Amino acid sequence: MNKTWNNKAWFLVMPVLLLVAFSAIIPLMTVVNYSVQDTFGNNQFFWAGTDWFTDVLHSDRFWDALIRNLIFSFVILAIEVPLGILIALNMPKRGIGVPVCLVLMALPLLIPWNVVGTIWQVFGRVDIGLLGHYLRILGIDYNYTQDPVDAWVTVIVMDVWHWTSLVVLLCYAGLASIPDAYYQAAKIDGASGWSVFRYIQLPKMKRVLLIAVLLRFMDSFMIYTEPFVVTGGGPGNSTTFLSIDLVKMAVGQFDLGPAAAMSIIYFLIILLLSWVFYTVMTSQDAKS
Amino acid sequence: MARITLDHIRHSYGPKPTEAKDYALKEVHHEWEDGGAYALLGPSGCGKTTLLNIISGLLTPSEGKILFDGTDVTNLPTEKRNIAQVFQFPVIYDTMTVYDNLAFPLRNRKLPEADVDRRVNEILSMIDLSDWAKRKAQGLTADQKQKISLGRGLVRSDVNAILFDEPLTVIDPHMKWVLRSQLKRLHRRSGFTMVYVTHDQTEALTFADKVVVMYEGEIVQIGTPVELFERPRHTFVGYFIGSPGMNIMPAALEGSAVVVGNQQIALPKRPAVACEARLELGIRPEFVQLARDGMPIAISKVEDVGRQKIVRASFEGHPLAAVVPEDTEIPADPRVTFDADALNLYANSWRVETGA
Repeated sequence: MNKTWNNKAWFLVMPVLLLVAFSAIIPLMTVVNYSVQDTFGNNQFFWAGTDWFTDVLHSDRFWDALIRNLIFSFVILAIEVPLGILIALNMPKRGIGVPVCLVLMALPLLIPWNVVGTIWQVFGRVDIGLLGHYLRILGIDYNYTQDPVDAWVTVIVMDVWHWTSLVVLLCYAGLASIPDAYYQAAKIDGASGWSVFRYIQLPKMKRVLLIAVLLRFMDSFMIYTEPFVVTGGGPGNSTTFLSIDLVKMAVGQFDLGPAAAMSIIYFLIILLLSWVFYTVMTSQDAKS
Repeated sequence: MARITLDHIRHSYGPKPTEAKDYALKEVHHEWEDGGAYALLGPSGCGKTTLLNIISGLLTPSEGKILFDGTDVTNLPTEKRNIAQVFQFPVIYDTMTVYDNLAFPLRNRKLPEADVDRRVNEILSMIDLSDWAKRKAQGLTADQKQKISLGRGLVRSDVNAILFDEPLTVIDPHMKWVLRSQLKRLHRRSGFTMVYVTHDQTEALTFADKVVVMYEGEIVQIGTPVELFERPRHTFVGYFIGSPGMNIMPAALEGSAVVVGNQQIALPKRPAVACEARLELGIRPEFVQLARDGMPIAISKVEDVGRQKIVRASFEGHPLAAVVPEDTEIPADPRVTFDADALNLYANSWRVETGA
């Protein structure tokens, strides 16, 4: 078959190209621009080559934040995914309970991120916060502004509260797509509850779970607002994740060069990890 | 293997049934023999699947009891009833291999692995999937998947009954014949009680020893294929079984003769019917003889269906179909006679004895 070449066709993709250029490519290129130059204001730029990249990659500060971020993502995935599945499995399948549960589940997702942070910031305060105050009364020495462990626990519980719903809703959608005949057949085959989960529910949830894990991983790896509002990255640097560190560097210290270099490294890490996740999880599909 | 007793069973999906129309399944009171092959035949929505699910225990009937070999199982859950069921659409365990799919019901019941292997291989060769045993079940065609579902139903050797809910809907026509005859053979060999739901009369008549015809939530007739053909107990059976279905015409009684329009048709003896009953005469197209003398008809269409012709005509203003051999001449002034043995008289849709 002969292909018809018509260069006017390019005009048809122009609007999209322009949109993507202005919203993504040009901003990204300015970051690249900053990352290879040094500037002292007055629009004076000096070529810096790969110096900033070397700096960032050799700084403990960057690696510490990266490791904290990886631990954080791992912990919240390890909690939110099983918890989300468990809740989805126990949600009602029909009747008035369905809309009630769905709305309750969707509520945390509808709250703006900085409000979530504020809620937990107040909630955990030892002087006026319900949680902080009553934990004190129970004899638990809780103070997220001074104890790094308490700060971590608070940030993780907050994220679980905020985002488990997403996993629940996605899993619930997956479960809802299973025809009744599957459960009936399983009953007739004498399958145990675990077998039903392992051989019917889990395989049907696999696709949505993949999306849930990917979304939660990317989001948690880029987390900024909530811990920033609650702990501001402290105490010390104990809850300073990559994005918090990046903002400190760029806006706080005005180190535009290193910050730009760090952004690019950060971006590449997310891209790489997401790709690895996706490939690993979809390759099992391809095998069968 | 078990005798299945349906003791005054009624079922309604609504919470508080008051009148007959609230019931998806009107009263069913029958006993099905151990080792019989029954087909539940009827149009969509007539309660076939409801009845099947009551037998398998997926539904608990609103009223009545169900007994296996005299033991009440009404409140036993499905898994305790020891029953196999095959559904309309394939149910397979995607992540397992074909072999594991078939072994699943056996392993769940903790059968020794040697027995599992023997049974599974037997079924694999029966459904012709031996070469696929080690494959994941996911990538198979709908046909093959349904064969696995079927195989899972057949793999257990100790079941009380095997229930089929329109299992061949998704299977290719030529494969249907093969599978159906395999099922039939398996039935003869194993002696399982089998209940087969279908809306396809060919399927029902070829599979079953006894066909249970259902209509609007009621069992209208249980009989052998011959009985259903020759002596339909209800006009619905006459109409539903056979192609084309039975000719049914409004009629009246005069002495021992049936009157349709201006024509009188003699019956062997006067049937006992209440005088206010709505009467209908039924005659199968196969028993309508086209001849030079007899009762006049007006032919509207002749369909040639291969080895025979279907004559569509009007008899005393009522549509009448006749099946005649292919080489029959259609006379210019067509007339018909009805075989006296094949006349059926219906009062309020139910057959009355005419001595024919």
